[in-house]
Order: sequence, then structure tokens, then C-alpha cells
Amino acid sequence: MNNIIETEGLTKEFDGLVAVNHINLNVEEGEIFGFLGPNGAGKTTAIKILCTILNPTSGSAKVCGYDVVQQREKVRECIGIVFQDSAIDRFLTGKENLDFHARMYHMNAETKEERIAEVLDLLELKGKENIKVNDYSGGIQRRFEVARGFMNHPKALFLDEPTLGLDIQTRRSLWDYIRMLNEKEGITIILTTHYIEEADYLCRRVAIIDQGKIVALDTPEKLKEVVGLNLISVQIARGEDDSLANLLQEIKWIKNIELCNGSLELSIDGAEERIPELIDFADNHEFVISSIELHKPSLEDAYLHYTGKTIREEEGSVKKLWKAMMTRGRGRR
Amino acid sequence: MPAIEVTKLIDPLPIYTMWLREMKRFLRVKARLVSSVLMPFLFLAFLALPLSFISGMSTGIDLNFFAPGIVGMTLLFAATMSGASVIWDKEFGFLKEVLVAPVNRFSIILGRSLGGMTTAIIQALIIVGIAVAMGVELSSGSGFLLSIVFMILTCATFTGFGLILATKLGDTEGFMAIMNLIVFPIFFLSGAFFPLQAMPAWLRYIMYIDPLTYGVDGLRGTLVGINAFPLWLDFVVLLVLSIALASLGAYFFSKMEAD
Repeated sequence: MNNIIETEGLTKEFDGLVAVNHINLNVEEGEIFGFLGPNGAGKTTAIKILCTILNPTSGSAKVCGYDVVQQREKVRECIGIVFQDSAIDRFLTGKENLDFHARMYHMNAETKEERIAEVLDLLELKGKENIKVNDYSGGIQRRFEVARGFMNHPKALFLDEPTLGLDIQTRRSLWDYIRMLNEKEGITIILTTHYIEEADYLCRRVAIIDQGKIVALDTPEKLKEVVGLNLISVQIARGEDDSLANLLQEIKWIKNIELCNGSLELSIDGAEERIPELIDFADNHEFVISSIELHKPSLEDAYLHYTGKTIREEEGSVKKLWKAMMTRGRGRR
Repeated sequence: MPAIEVTKLIDPLPIYTMWLREMKRFLRVKARLVSSVLMPFLFLAFLALPLSFISGMSTGIDLNFFAPGIVGMTLLFAATMSGASVIWDKEFGFLKEVLVAPVNRFSIILGRSLGGMTTAIIQALIIVGIAVAMGVELSSGSGFLLSIVFMILTCATFTGFGLILATKLGDTEGFMAIMNLIVFPIFFLSGAFFPLQAMPAWLRYIMYIDPLTYGVDGLRGTLVGINAFPLWLDFVVLLVLSIALASLGAYFFSKMEAD
């Protein structure tokens, strides 16, 4: 496997505020890679450096084998970008925007028309291309931006918060488009998100980023495993929870037992295979289980595990931080 | 895909693309199109024409004198706006799309400015047409053709000027107010409404440092045959200014942050 992205000690400081802090990572060709973290964690800054919009303060990064500072034009040629805020000309139609993009990337007339038809088809935008962008809904506009992003056959497509501000259905359908692009066109996709479901659903590997640092990097499954044990909640028919709890303490793979709301919460080592074992055990001791459920840890639990906070908790403090950064930014200009 | 030499300074396809975008935007927004022609027309019909009634015979200042001034005004506003509109591209995010393309920034700003200049000159020509319809007598056909050279130079000068304003002021809040504060004195002091020769020395000296003075004088000389300076002087001053301001504007643009 080739690496599409390689970074070494990538760092970006804004007037003493370290937005990206010594990031080392590799993104493999063909994968969907996600940066997950709260607003202000440094995801967008990291992506901007990789897209050659910002220069790093120190460290280095290679995209498609080219250095993002020394060979920025080469990098630009082989990437596509969908920005967090819309970057589309609202006075032009969707097609004219695609047309503009194609020409700016030196596509000749023939390939251009072919490719425009192709991307319109792929993202199911046919019949909408001759309407002014201003008159599109948010979802369609976003889809045009994604379409534009991979017009030039990029090796890597960067999506900065691709579904921010979209409703649930639109978000789901955009996820499916992103997946399809990855599968059909073999494009490596690097996205940032603060939606845990998005990272979980789309990404082959996720980097959890917090205060500019990567605190964990692995597949969503592995990240969840590290959180540790699965949870089984059991309800007993006749409410003799205590006595069952006492008996269960003998079982080795049950690591912890808690009684809450009339059900037993068991932290277990293992997964589904423990359910029949547990039922047999209860049967042997003449308990009747009325319900049994297995919970696997979510990516949110994993996030919590690594950062010690939930994404929602973080937003309050991040907003303050961001404000501070903005006022400092003003002074800079 | 074949390897592309992307760092070249003059990259025809992107230049054309940027030019085309300006043209499309110009033609698309009908209200802007109408107002861009209507405003100079109003100046011509309700300011220059009434003024020509009072100055008239005795001074020799008639509609022939005023019309080139209005053409100059049209160029000043359209060109400055075109240069300064980079700031709106930044505000609406489109600048990022442009700046991350594998295209040299000089080509980007060149194409953009050429587009802005084309639209400004189209507006100016429409005003010349309206002026002729109102009774302005053009001195000669060759003079008219020569006036287009002065239009181009005036445009290049103020497109560069607008770019410098946009990249240096940088903030959209209050930007329009500041721009008007700078652009209107340039217009007033250009001699569009009064002959430079008739002014006291202190005012004349201020007018000498106004680039539009030479634009208006050149236009007046070529279009209706009234000029204060020799045409070659107007030409040389504008040529130097346009190269200087346009290059400086392009330089600031190349240093502009997309974000």
C-alpha cells in the first residue's frame, strides 16, 4: 500500500496558540480517513496545511509524494477539496461552476464535457445543472461542491466537515455518495468531522484529535475495543437480582456487576457468545431471564475515553477559546 | 493525464476562464448591468446637461466638455469596483476555489482584471453612444479609436488601485464607505466638471496628482479635441501609472491569504 499522505511533526501556531501540534500520520491509498474532534481541535487547520492553503510553522507533510510547501502546485494538481464554508460562485449555474473548475485545472474541451456529464450522473445532479447556485437547497449545493471536488480525477479528496448544517436525510445520502466515490473511483478521501456517527459510518480509520494533538488513531472498531468491555444488561423475571448477582460473581469473564433500574449491568470480557452462556447459567440456577441485551461501546465512548470529555461538553470551552483566537486574529491583520 | 507546466506566468486557459466568469457575472445580474449604465446617464442628463446650459457660449464649456468627464467617471467606478471585488470573492469563499487551483496567481489576477476591464470599457462605450445621441460631436473617427487606448490605460490604473485597496484594507465592514471616500475626490478633482486651466494654482497642483485628470484629459482630447495637456503627456503618465499600480495590485494579490 502506498501512502497518499505522510506527515512528520506537523505543527501550526497562530500567535502562540498551537492549533496543530506535532502530528505524525500516514493515510493509505484508497482509504477513507477521518479527523474526529470538536470545533477548534485543529482538524481544519491540519487539512488546510495538507491542501497548501496554510504553511506549517514546523514539520513537514507530503501529499501524493509531493511536499506541501516546496511543491505546492504539484500537490494542488492531484487533490480535490470541498471546503467547510461554501466556495462556489452563486451567480453562476452549477454547470458553469463545474466548467470553471475544469478549465482552471487545464482540462481540454472534450474531456471536460465528458467529465461533467460523468460527475453529474454519479451525484445524480442531472437536470439541475442549469440553475443558478443561489437557487439550490443546501444539500444540492453541497453535492455540486463534492462533484466539483473530484472533477479533476484527484488522487486525494479532502472534505472539511462535508455534512455540516445538513439535515439527517441529506447527510445520509451524502455519506452514501462519498462511499460510492471512494469505491467506484478509488479516490482516497480525507475528511474532518465532529459528528461521531459520520466518522463511524464512513471512515476506515479515524484520528481522534484534541487540542491540536492526535490522541488516538485506528479503525473505529479498534478504537472502541480499547474502551474495553462490552456490557450486558439482564432483567430477571421475579426480581431476585441480588441472589443472582452473588452467584455471577464467581464467573471469571464478568468483570463488574452493577444493579440499576431493576436490571443487572454486567461488564464482560467477550461479546455475543456470552449471552447463551449466561442464559444457561441462569437456567441451571433456576432464574428466568425476561430480557437480555448486549451493548458494544460506541465511538462516542471511545472518544470519551481518549479525551476525557464528550464532544458536547467541549463546545462551550472551545467557543471561548475560539473567540480569544478571533480577537487575537483581528490584531494580527 | 499529461504532466502540466503549472508554474508558468501566463497560462492562457485559466486567464480566459477568469475573464469568462467576469463577463458572465456582468451579464447575469441585470440590475447591476442596468444601474452601471443608468448612473452615468443620469450624471450626463441631469448634471452635465443642465451645467452646460449655464456655462454655455461665454465659456465654451458645453456638453462636449462634460461628456468625456462622465466617460472617465464610468471607467473610474467600474474599474475600481472590479479590482476591489476580490474582497467579495473572499467574503463568499470563492477565492479559495480559485487560489487552490494549480494556476499561477499572476494569471488568475490577469484574467480577472481583463474581464473587469472589458466590462468597464463596454459601459464606457455605451456612455459615449448615449452622449453622441444627446448631441455631443466627436472630433474624428481616429480620435475615437485613440480614446479606447486611454480607456484601457485608465481602466488598468484603477483596477490596480481597487486591488490595492481590497488587499490592504482587507475588511468588508466599512469597506464601501472608505472606498467612496477615496473614489469620489478622485472623480471631483479630475477636472470632469471644470477646466483645469481656470483653477487657482493650489487646486491645480492637487489635480496634477490625480491619475484620473490625465485619463479625462486624454479622453477629452481624443473624443472631442479639447485638452489641457499634450496627448503624449497624458499617455505617458497613464502608461507609467497603470503599469505601476497594476503590478503593485497583482503583487499584493499574489500575497493574499485565501482565508
